Amino acid sequence: MITAERKPLEEIIAMISPYRKILVVGCGSCVAECAAGGERETGLLSSALRMEARMTSRELETREMTLERQCVYEFIDQLTGLVDQYEAVLSLACGAGVQAVAEVFPQIPILPALNTTFLGQTKEPGLWLENCRGCGHCRVHLFGDICPITRCAKQLFNGPCGGSKNGQCEVDPEIPCAWQLIVDRLEKSGRLSQLETVYPPADWSRQQGTGPRKIIREDQRN
Amino acid sequence: MKTESQLKKVLAADHFAVTAECGPPKGADPEAVLKKGKLLKGYADSINVTDNQTGVVRLSSLAACALLRQAGLDPVLQMVTRDRNRIALQSDLLGASALGIRNVLCLSGDHQSFGNQPQARGVFDLDSLQLISAARQMRDQGQILGGDPLSEAPDLFIGAAANPFADPFLYRVLRLAKKVKAGAEFIQTQCIYNLDRFSDWMDKVRDRNLDREVYILGGITPLKSAKMAEHMSSRVAGMDIPEEIIRRMKAVPAKEQRQEGLKISIETIQALKEMKGVHGVHIMAIEWEEIVPQIVEGAGLLPRPNL
Repeated sequence: MITAERKPLEEIIAMISPYRKILVVGCGSCVAECAAGGERETGLLSSALRMEARMTSRELETREMTLERQCVYEFIDQLTGLVDQYEAVLSLACGAGVQAVAEVFPQIPILPALNTTFLGQTKEPGLWLENCRGCGHCRVHLFGDICPITRCAKQLFNGPCGGSKNGQCEVDPEIPCAWQLIVDRLEKSGRLSQLETVYPPADWSRQQGTGPRKIIREDQRN
Repeated sequence: MKTESQLKKVLAADHFAVTAECGPPKGADPEAVLKKGKLLKGYADSINVTDNQTGVVRLSSLAACALLRQAGLDPVLQMVTRDRNRIALQSDLLGASALGIRNVLCLSGDHQSFGNQPQARGVFDLDSLQLISAARQMRDQGQILGGDPLSEAPDLFIGAAANPFADPFLYRVLRLAKKVKAGAEFIQTQCIYNLDRFSDWMDKVRDRNLDREVYILGGITPLKSAKMAEHMSSRVAGMDIPEEIIRRMKAVPAKEQRQEGLKISIETIQALKEMKGVHGVHIMAIEWEEIVPQIVEGAGLLPRPNL
């Protein structure tokens, strides 16, 4: 999933300060799973903003709405007719959702309430870990099913570097060395010989594209 | 006259090589580089210049190497993949060769979070192995990555680092083998304080006959004080300083600790000279370059061969 964290309240308050009537829109997908922008967080943020407005004698009217997905047109369309009644939309979606909504409503500012962070997993309640960089060329099977691009601080395809100590990364002793994990897992699954390969330079154009990347699937188009 | 790598000549003639490290200044001061060069002249066959080590901005390694070359020394250009992508790295390899620099040490580099620009984007377009193999391809095939031909191939003796003390230990020799496979011709190791572990590593290196495929230079860093030993042991990743070395440093009064550090370095070199498959030493006297002549002399490595 895509993970995100809510911006500090002060930053959001400053962002909405020019507006008196805002539509607060949550997203029920990834950012709900990581407890940043789902229905619950949308309600909490909205009431915090109203309370702050009351305390500072500022006029603020909000309405909350949570879409199943803010990044898919058929869900965004639920806002049609409603958006026009507000001066701005405060979106609790990831960056993709914010921009997808903005594209549908060219006349109204869409303000991001979240900082989109990474592609990751829910490891346990309250703990999310990054494990994919969307490089466009997945090779994790060569590295013991552990992504060196994401999980090694130096993105080494031929690691580990000299900073691996007792299984931890020199950059942050709280973080396991990805290459220790790779070596351990290849050993356990009888694939240690894979380590002998000298991997050539990556084709980063698959990740960077020529500007934003796109996927076109003719079979999905009507 | 064609410039040749002094390091390569010394190693090829089967001498026990001595290289020393010189850290460039945190400023645009050429004299600082030349002064260190002068200190080391006649005591080291070649001089490594670090590339923004620990992620701290310093005078560029390439420029410092060019200054040393002009002063008649044989520099080893350290190149990290942290700060430059493959376009810049390959371009600098050509530039280095054009300036008469004949040795390059390919490294990934300390992570940017350790230095004084922690907000910098770490490039890591290539890793150290990929840089080694790009340099070999440029020199041997006259081609850059992707296959475009060069009008003239760079003339470089290509090296890499090895850390016998980092983890996972069993993988350490395999990683050296990969560097050799990628095309490394000489290796400079992490500082050696734990001779037992280094000796274990060398046994495994010899088991794979790697000592016949690559020249191995053991790393030496003289300890200035017991405090430095403790700091390096606890704070510097990939550093292995046994308790007994720290105890030995602590056992002498502060005033004499430098002398003790010098003694440890000399003893380590003497042990390395006896170790089969070790072809030389690389002395990294961090901001203490003036001690190098005493280490080299004390270890009986003078005079340096004049080839």
